[in-house]
Amino acid sequence: MGEKKRAIWVFGDFRNYFQNRVTLQLISKAREMAGMIGGEVCVVVLGSQTAEYVSEYIAHGADKIYLTEDPRLVEYSMETYSFLMERLARREKPEIILVGATSFGREFAPHVAKRLGTGLTADCIDLDIDEKGLLVQRAPSFGGKLIAETVIPERRPQMATVRPGIFQELPHDFSRTAEIVHVPMPDNMPSDRVHIISREPSPAKEDHLEQAKIVVCGGRGMGSKKKFSRLYELAELLGGEVGATRPVVYLNWANREALVGQAGKQIRPVILFSFGISGAIQHTASIRKSCFIIAINKNPKAPIMKMADVAIVADAGQICNALINELKQRIRR
Amino acid sequence: MLKLVVCIKQVPQVSELPWDPETWHLQRELAEGMMNPACRFALEAALKIRDKIGARITAVTMGPPSAEEALREAVALGADKGILLTDRKMAGADTYTTSLTLSKVIQKIIPDFDLILCGASTIDSDTAQVGPQLAEELDIPGVAYVHELTIAGNKARIRRVADGFSETIEMELPGLVTINTTSEAPRYMSFRGFQQAFGESDIITHDAASLGLHQEWIGARGSATKIRNVYSPIAERGNLVLTGTNKKILDQLFTLFDDRIGGVVGKDLKTEKN
Ligand SMILES: Cc1cc2nc3c(=O)[nH]c(=O)nc-3n(C[C@H](O)[C@H](O)[C@H](O)COP(=O)(O)OP(=O)(O)OC[C@H]3O[C@@H](n4cnc5c(N)ncnc54)[C@H](O)[C@@H]3O)c2cc1C
Ligand SMILES: Nc1ncnc2c1ncn2[C@@H]1O[C@H](COP(=O)(O)O)[C@@H](O)[C@H]1O
Repeated sequence: MGEKKRAIWVFGDFRNYFQNRVTLQLISKAREMAGMIGGEVCVVVLGSQTAEYVSEYIAHGADKIYLTEDPRLVEYSMETYSFLMERLARREKPEIILVGATSFGREFAPHVAKRLGTGLTADCIDLDIDEKGLLVQRAPSFGGKLIAETVIPERRPQMATVRPGIFQELPHDFSRTAEIVHVPMPDNMPSDRVHIISREPSPAKEDHLEQAKIVVCGGRGMGSKKKFSRLYELAELLGGEVGATRPVVYLNWANREALVGQAGKQIRPVILFSFGISGAIQHTASIRKSCFIIAINKNPKAPIMKMADVAIVADAGQICNALINELKQRIRR
Repeated sequence: MLKLVVCIKQVPQVSELPWDPETWHLQRELAEGMMNPACRFALEAALKIRDKIGARITAVTMGPPSAEEALREAVALGADKGILLTDRKMAGADTYTTSLTLSKVIQKIIPDFDLILCGASTIDSDTAQVGPQLAEELDIPGVAYVHELTIAGNKARIRRVADGFSETIEMELPGLVTINTTSEAPRYMSFRGFQQAFGESDIITHDAASLGLHQEWIGARGSATKIRNVYSPIAERGNLVLTGTNKKILDQLFTLFDDRIGGVVGKDLKTEKN
């Protein structure tokens, strides 16, 4: 074996491509890290009729695509996909494998890691390369109360699942080219022991608030129903959802669905705006998984200000209005 | 008779974790233990199968000696037998070694199991990895995030929702499922169960030696992932306080974070006004 490039692999998870662009986000992060270890970014695509995804992955930064296209891969299957991934990884020996933390990804990655006899960190919210070239993985534990930093020093590949919405995808460039390695399905595929009887898109029972990447949460400090309603406008501009504290729900400024906290929903956005909220434990216990918190409160000593990354001491209603104006000017449509 | 194995984990009661209000550090030694919620639902799923068609249920846990409480609770709720794996050398296990260790005890004590039920995830480590990896270790099929489960002959019929798809799945047995927490509350302890669990109940204890597990394979030593650092995100936060006029505040906010916010919004916010 000659000088083989150290490869960072990204699993091409395209099942919910239009809602969930985590694969593109991971390609972008992998590019950055590949620069640090002198490696290349490869995307593994398993499926049938994948041309559209393959060209997107290349346009967004893949150097190489490992492609298995076969009519038998028309539906995602845990056993078949794990088998194929293991086989390919044993042959090509990547340094790192990144998988988006979709439902499929979080089930698929542990199967693959176990088959390869290697380590895996779940639901990372940050990745890095250290001075020795190891992948540093940061993931929340204890419901986000702690962040654990892990490495996989000895075994290879180093594997991680990564939460969607953390990294920013690169702008596409459809003039980019990449090597496409066709990997045929082997003849000796083991028979599936899990059979999908039916699979239908589930009647939109997805909870938007719990899944949102941006949440704008408002508390009693918004002052009135009218002022509170402007938070919806702000959320709309940001492409986010509105959450509320219990007093706000009791005051009927927002409906029960919006309640965030012990008696309501647990949220985990990438960015949380918290307007006029004191930060009682019944509320904050459910926002700790947020990656970045911007709190606006006129009282600098309010508990929420302690846990915020950015603590803005000001009138919540006024900042909401100013932010709406500012965003309208900055967002070019 | 159908043989079911339920894997349960004792976890700290997160909602009551004692915090040092000054440093925001966690005082873990003061935390009380409880059965992980999803494990409770896994046990409930096993009990429902037994109620319908009869089964023998073994609960297995790996943890400190105090994890026996979770097993006693499982017996009180209706499990027939509990197995406690406890050994200081097992401490610090990642999901790779946890699933290896669990597989060894299952192979030794209940090699002819039909179905293993795990919780979908735990509230402390929250990896959702132990179930799928245990299935791999035992070379049996596995399905995660299960909502509904029935057994018919040598198959499990499963319903679940994953990635916005509602699925009906048939899995061959022996197999493994991981059970989601649902809104339906699991059963309470009966008085008879209570007496049984805290009287002479059927709980056996194993350590690494009695399972023939080599030190190199277990606990922190056998783990593929190594924890380098644990910190409280809260202690890191609150670094930046913005004050002044609204205009000044927003100028600072966008100067510092236009990239970060724009990145998540998916829009370029850098463009200066006009
Ligand atoms: C069993 C139980 C369960 C509960 N469950 C929940 C739950 O699920 N969710 C929940 O949210 N709460 C819950 N609570 C209530 C919780 O304890 C708090 O009372 C609640 O979160 C406080 O909401 P708040 O921050 O909006 O209001 P407040 O505590 O009244 O705080 C208002 C904040 O706004 C600030 N403020 C005021 N005016 C302005 C202004 N003009 N500009 C900027 N800032 C301003 C104030 O300084 C203050 O910090 C629960 C309580 C119990 C006992
Ligand atoms: N130490 C353990 N002992 C027994 N079962 C465990 C242990 N750790 C994890 N499990 C099982 O694996 C599930 C998922 O755990 P986790 O991968 O840590 O989120 C749990 O709900 C348990 O069913």
